[in-house]
Amino acid sequence: MFKVRTIEIMVGVFVAIGIAALFMLAMKVSNLSSFAQQEGFHVTARFQNIGGLKVLSPVSMSGVRVGRVTAIHYDQGSYEAEVDLVITGSYDKIPVDSSASIFTSGLLGEQYISIEPGGEERYLKQGDRIKLTQSALVLEQMIGQFLFSKAAGDTTQ
Amino acid sequence: MLNWLQRLGRGALDNFAGLGRASLFLGHTLSGLPSVLAHPRRVIAQLHSIGVLSLVIILVAGLAVGMVLGLQMYNTLVDFGAEASLGPAIALTLVRELGPVVAALLFAGRAGSALTAEIGLMKASEQLSGMEMMAVDPMLRIVAPRFIAGVLALPLLSAIFSAVGVLGGYFVGVGLLGVDDGAFWSQMQSRVDFYDDVLNGVIKSVVFGIIVSWVALFQGYDTVPTTEGVSRSTTRTVVYASLAVLGLDFILTALMFRDV
Repeated sequence: MFKVRTIEIMVGVFVAIGIAALFMLAMKVSNLSSFAQQEGFHVTARFQNIGGLKVLSPVSMSGVRVGRVTAIHYDQGSYEAEVDLVITGSYDKIPVDSSASIFTSGLLGEQYISIEPGGEERYLKQGDRIKLTQSALVLEQMIGQFLFSKAAGDTTQ
Repeated sequence: MLNWLQRLGRGALDNFAGLGRASLFLGHTLSGLPSVLAHPRRVIAQLHSIGVLSLVIILVAGLAVGMVLGLQMYNTLVDFGAEASLGPAIALTLVRELGPVVAALLFAGRAGSALTAEIGLMKASEQLSGMEMMAVDPMLRIVAPRFIAGVLALPLLSAIFSAVGVLGGYFVGVGLLGVDDGAFWSQMQSRVDFYDDVLNGVIKSVVFGIIVSWVALFQGYDTVPTTEGVSRSTTRTVVYASLAVLGLDFILTALMFRDV
């Protein structure tokens, strides 16, 4: 009888460790914990070029993460990329004339949206659109422009 | 020439017959599952010998693999100044691939071979036919509980493997090599997706659990009932199960992580 009891206890410990490991993988290793605080309000922004922005990319203000990208699609009417953002509910004082820019964290890091607050007294709410946007910097384009202006400068001399 | 052709033909027929017997065996096992769920005690005893006793090797191997991953990836990443990516690199490697696969390989070696030897010896000592004489179906009494225990144990073991591996990588990366603690975890959380990465890893390990238990139980049940036959079946279990796990892993990876 004692033997059966120890075996059952050990199996119980094994299953508990296994579930604890899964729980750790879910909460500590993966992004499940950040899904819980997904509630917030949705806003959209249109960009000429989104570069390497992806769904789930962070949205930050002054470097503090305030939300994430939920969807990206191409708008055929305006020939621009339309990006849906969800902003955490507690950050509800973002002026309507704020501007959104796509930056890269570090030289090779992932791309994120940074929101610069404007001066308006009305605040963004569910379904609004951020009208002032700045596209991602495309390195190839910049190099191309630099080479072009360099070449133009050379011929005028 | 004709003899050679005959040997080839017989070999092919034998293989097909083996595959057919294995499929019938799996069907028979699956049909026994409902009655096993009515007696969970039998599964618990098997979970002990299959799962609990495999725990030590899984813990040690997971820790070792995680620590080695931490060391090696750090050496490469530090050249690009990207050592903050150590966390996601270790976690993705473990959760997607190494956790399920290495745990399944160890499981085939540690638990699969034991299952084959146990059932093979039962057959060799005519315990299985004795049971049939007493109108006890050995498929229900012996095979099905072990099958369920294997399918339940492997996902838990591979989750433990991945979790311990991430901790091992953390100790080496953050503790010894000086990667930033916050960057390690926050980069990991932003890059590892629960559904795409963790759950797909769990699905992989469930599939591997089915495959390894199936191969091990079938090899034991189908063994030539002699000492030599049992030893040969035990070897075959480890070889076939490992090859099946590696082959299936490639297919599953190709299906799951095509666009991630």
